[in-house]
Amino acid sequence: MGTPMVHAEGVRKSFGRLEVLQGIDLTVERGQVCCLLGPSGSGKSTFLRCINHLEKLDGGRLSVDGALVGYREHGGRLHELREKEVAERRREIGMVFQRFNLFPHMTAIENVMEAPVRVAGVSKAEARADAQRLLDRVGLGDKAANYPSQLSGGQQQRVAIARALAMKPKLMLFDEPTSALDPELVGDVLDVMRQLAADGMTMVVVTHEIGFAREVGDTAVFMDGGVVVEAGDPRQVLVDPRQERTKAFLSKVL
Amino acid sequence: MASDTLPAAAAEERRPADRLEAVPVRHWGRWVAAVLAILSGIGLIGSLAKNQNLHWDVIGHYLFARLVFEGLFTTLWLTVASMVLGLALGTVVAVMRLSPNPVLYAVSSLFVWAFRGTPLLVQIIFWGYCGALYKHVMIGIPFTHITFFETETNSLVSGSVAALLALGLNEAAYASEIVRAGIQSVDEGQAEAAHSLGMSPTLTMRRIVLPQAMRVIIPPMGNETINMLKTTALVSVIGAKDLMSNIQAVYAQNYQIIPMLVVASLWYLLLVTLLSIPQSRLERRYGRGASRNGHVSPLQRMLAGTALRLPVRGSGPNHQKG
Repeated sequence: MGTPMVHAEGVRKSFGRLEVLQGIDLTVERGQVCCLLGPSGSGKSTFLRCINHLEKLDGGRLSVDGALVGYREHGGRLHELREKEVAERRREIGMVFQRFNLFPHMTAIENVMEAPVRVAGVSKAEARADAQRLLDRVGLGDKAANYPSQLSGGQQQRVAIARALAMKPKLMLFDEPTSALDPELVGDVLDVMRQLAADGMTMVVVTHEIGFAREVGDTAVFMDGGVVVEAGDPRQVLVDPRQERTKAFLSKVL
Repeated sequence: MASDTLPAAAAEERRPADRLEAVPVRHWGRWVAAVLAILSGIGLIGSLAKNQNLHWDVIGHYLFARLVFEGLFTTLWLTVASMVLGLALGTVVAVMRLSPNPVLYAVSSLFVWAFRGTPLLVQIIFWGYCGALYKHVMIGIPFTHITFFETETNSLVSGSVAALLALGLNEAAYASEIVRAGIQSVDEGQAEAAHSLGMSPTLTMRRIVLPQAMRVIIPPMGNETINMLKTTALVSVIGAKDLMSNIQAVYAQNYQIIPMLVVASLWYLLLVTLLSIPQSRLERRYGRGASRNGHVSPLQRMLAGTALRLPVRGSGPNHQKG
């Protein structure tokens, strides 16, 4: 398997006095889908945001594809990288947000083209062709000229996935991608993610969709109170958990 | 009466439902108010037209006078230059106020506090007489005798320069608050999404945050510009040779105060009207993607409201559905 795609050792993070991550150890191998589950406030979203340095760490080692994210280790300490270097690392990590965060002043296709043109320096014509292919792939080829406000939540989230894929990332992070959607729109987004997983993309997904985690996930990680309570095969963790806290959580959401 | 005619009429006029029309309620009060308003308007215009003291001949004589055009020119460049200075400096101050650096925050807050906290008229007179505070202006290295440039304040800060400084610095204080509100109105998730795509902070500000902030910034900045055009009249107190200064110079000699003020008002009205046009264009440009329906001009909206009453779909702005 070689270097794991994501490797976390003792990752700690506090907001003021509240320690939201109390030493997280986690490994995601290449091509795997890792689902993070847990009650709200368990630190799962914060951990996900640490992976692409949207949140700063207070301690511990967190690397993506063998390289530390946002830091350089030197003399027994972590030195934060300059914003330009952080931006460089982030290009390889796609992220999809709970509230889509599409750019409202750009059409769907402009949203997808923005980073390839402005960051990667791809020509506009090439970026447009790529963007159209990506929109076709998420089933929205005919919505290219629409502004986000003219799309449903499910469609916006699929554009957001296409936008993240446009930078050809090695790793995709999903932060509760279906939590802000009407129930009948969840399926379309999950279908796109399922397809992505089948194509071999490495994914870390924070989700409340137990069914998705069981069916698509290679590993399921149950977090609570800033620690990993239980991790392993989803068919075991989510069907026959060993820990009492996992059992209690599952009995509430199922 | 009503009780015995009504059933009969109802029986007689009972039409099939598909030919039944609804009649809106008649607003007699609106008609009465409109007639009263029109009558008083006619009365006012009539009395003005007949009033000998208005001196239409004087108005006609001075409306296109050379002195008036020179004043207009000064008023216009003063407006443009003060707004450019105000917006540029205001953006810098806004960014300083949003900075995590406490010293920059304090300095910018102090600036806004001082320039918003004193009357503009005071600031104009202050800059007009700043030669009394510092007789000489020099640029050099402090605490040494090395000087690169030195001149008398009064020759450097002429009337129009003093006017520009006063208006521009005052505007910067107000513009900084408008720009700050605009930047803060953009959801944090927008910057996060841009960062997660590998965009640098500068690129994120330029491509993602500022274009969205513009939607919030432009309407008040348009108002500020229109206000500035009229506020330039205040610099007549330091004789900055703007439109109002020149008008005052004329009526100080010929005592035709009211006619000269009409000349000034006509020109100010015309300029304000012209300035309102680009504002609505800019608002449309930066409002892209804000509404589900395309742009509807006020005239189109009025016609749709009165003549046809077409059903309007999803008319609420920012109407979003999950």
